[in-house]
Amino acid sequence: MDKSSWLKEHYLPSSLRDADFTTVSGQELDPLYAPEDVEGLDYERDLGYPGLYPFTRGVQATMYRGRLWTMRQFAGFGTAEDTNRRYRFLLERGQTGLSVAFDMPTIMGRDSDDPLAEGEVGRCGVAIDSLADMETLFEGIPLRDITTSMTINGPAAVLLAFYLCVGEKQGASFSELGGTIQNDILKEYIAQKSWIFPPRPSLRVITDILAFCSREVPRWNTISISGYHIREAGSTAVQELAFTLADGFAYVEAGIAAGLDVDEFAPRLSFFFNAHVDFFEEIAKYRAARRIWARHMREKYGAKDPRSWMLRFHTQTAGCSLTAQQPENNIVRTAFQALSAVLGGTQSLHTNSMDETLALPTEKAVEIALRTQQLIAHETGVANVIDPLGGSYFVEALTDRMEREAEEYFRRIEELGGVLAAIDQGFFQREIADAAYRYQREIESGKRVVVGVNRYRNEEETLSIELLKIDPAVEKKQRDKLAELRSSRSSSQVDASLEALKEGARGDANLMPLILSCARAYCTEGEIIGALREVFGEYRETPLF
Amino acid sequence: MERGKRRILIAKPGLDGHDRGAKVVARGLADAGYEVIYTGLHQTPEQIAEAAIQEDVDAVGLSILSGAHMTLFPRVMELLAERGGEKIMVFGGGIIPEDDAVELRRMGVAEIFTPGTTISEIVSFLDKNFGGA
Repeated sequence: MDKSSWLKEHYLPSSLRDADFTTVSGQELDPLYAPEDVEGLDYERDLGYPGLYPFTRGVQATMYRGRLWTMRQFAGFGTAEDTNRRYRFLLERGQTGLSVAFDMPTIMGRDSDDPLAEGEVGRCGVAIDSLADMETLFEGIPLRDITTSMTINGPAAVLLAFYLCVGEKQGASFSELGGTIQNDILKEYIAQKSWIFPPRPSLRVITDILAFCSREVPRWNTISISGYHIREAGSTAVQELAFTLADGFAYVEAGIAAGLDVDEFAPRLSFFFNAHVDFFEEIAKYRAARRIWARHMREKYGAKDPRSWMLRFHTQTAGCSLTAQQPENNIVRTAFQALSAVLGGTQSLHTNSMDETLALPTEKAVEIALRTQQLIAHETGVANVIDPLGGSYFVEALTDRMEREAEEYFRRIEELGGVLAAIDQGFFQREIADAAYRYQREIESGKRVVVGVNRYRNEEETLSIELLKIDPAVEKKQRDKLAELRSSRSSSQVDASLEALKEGARGDANLMPLILSCARAYCTEGEIIGALREVFGEYRETPLF
Repeated sequence: MERGKRRILIAKPGLDGHDRGAKVVARGLADAGYEVIYTGLHQTPEQIAEAAIQEDVDAVGLSILSGAHMTLFPRVMELLAERGGEKIMVFGGGIIPEDDAVELRRMGVAEIFTPGTTISEIVSFLDKNFGGA
């Protein structure tokens, strides 16, 4: 018997439950996957062994038998002191890497005393104005022994400079420091919308970082090419996959165009994906991502170093899947999402806390989120075998389909003239807005079930969890500290280093050493970015909905 | 008055770029028949109040996910009042804890819609406040 006769004789005559059998991204699914669905699969070509091209089954030969993924909870709020306390709390509870959440002014390159920062200081992340704040943030945390991820894009070069200076002051050389800056400006124009400069000068800053780090900070992941925000903005899984990899290829092309050898910088590119609620769709997405990256890097960009072919990635569970209704359900959602990331072979993971649709996480909520990872790692047994779902008819068929559909998007982007041209034309922005609206409609029509929201509601529900409150005094405290800094530093040194930076920006000097001098002179983030903004200008989006 | 004659400004005050909610609501209200104007990102309260007056809108919907709502909502209301727009209804949404929502309603914000709200809930709220569609 084959699949089609089974369908005809056994499946179709039976009655089905009234439900929508599509993925959360709206992909139609067969009721069953069988050997004929993977007929074209060639084991060596399409899967291979873990640690070997095309890495579909994982980038390391040992995967979690060698080392578990890094448990890296994203955290930051209030002042550097407040956040330093939270880091110590998380490290004491077994977190294995740090991840810094900055507040909006820091993300947008503005100081805490900027008029646009009013009401925003320390609100959704930590406020960092200068090297002085960064010193406080990592006080008592030896940067030589831990890796740090920083979610920062527009001003990534500045925050990296602050971090390197803190390491230096602790006695660590640049080559001993490891970590990640997100530094993914393309997805900012596409989805996250925290940009500063227009795309072209932004790319120049990024290639300067690639060149500088490949020489001076070899353990640093210079870009974390991020699908996370593309997905949060409402994209489907395939859009997340395709747009993120397209951005990745655009950085590779920019690096090559800037005169770098692809194998010089590609091994330090890393990725960041979303773990949404549709379990198998997510697993297939990670597996397809590894295979596509490997193939393009080797075949199209001619990379020779196997490390350039490997797609390593961090995962965060889907914030946008969490509900304000019955927030405890979010613990369960997050656990399933985290499990899909682990089954998909992630190198690093953040699990969201149950209270994040309402406020920043409390200690209690973040502890449960971290414990969720520890339960998966140590109790479920899923870390014992590499790529346990490899060979599943369904997972392989879905992985193939994800790859095909991503390739289709690459073709469309190419036709539009590449990623930058597609951004200019609002292509990504429109695709994502359409998907987000479709999803909202599906929820409203009841086609897509969200437990506690459009089904199984509890009309008597009252919120029973505690929320973290940010003290309004934080803003004043931060501004006072900044005023003190401004009056205590050498203004001639500040002016001279900012002037040199502007000069460098007008020409083609690598900006990193110049930004490092500004950092050492305790120039503020806003001053350094302000100097560059003078030369590069500012990006404006055409609003569409 | 029919929905089509009602003008609604959807605005993103402050620095955060999370515009999914604002855009979905803007499109949903437009589909429901309202005339919708969307400011785009990173608007100051001054720019929003100015746009509301210029465009002669009936309501302003503010979306904030960065935690700056207790500063930016009251500021927009103040500036609207200063410019003779005290009759313009202000509503909003985002990551806003219930305690803050209560306080904002007390200050005169017509309603705060938090995650999980449907477009149809917002439409029926507006219809009711505008005295029927």
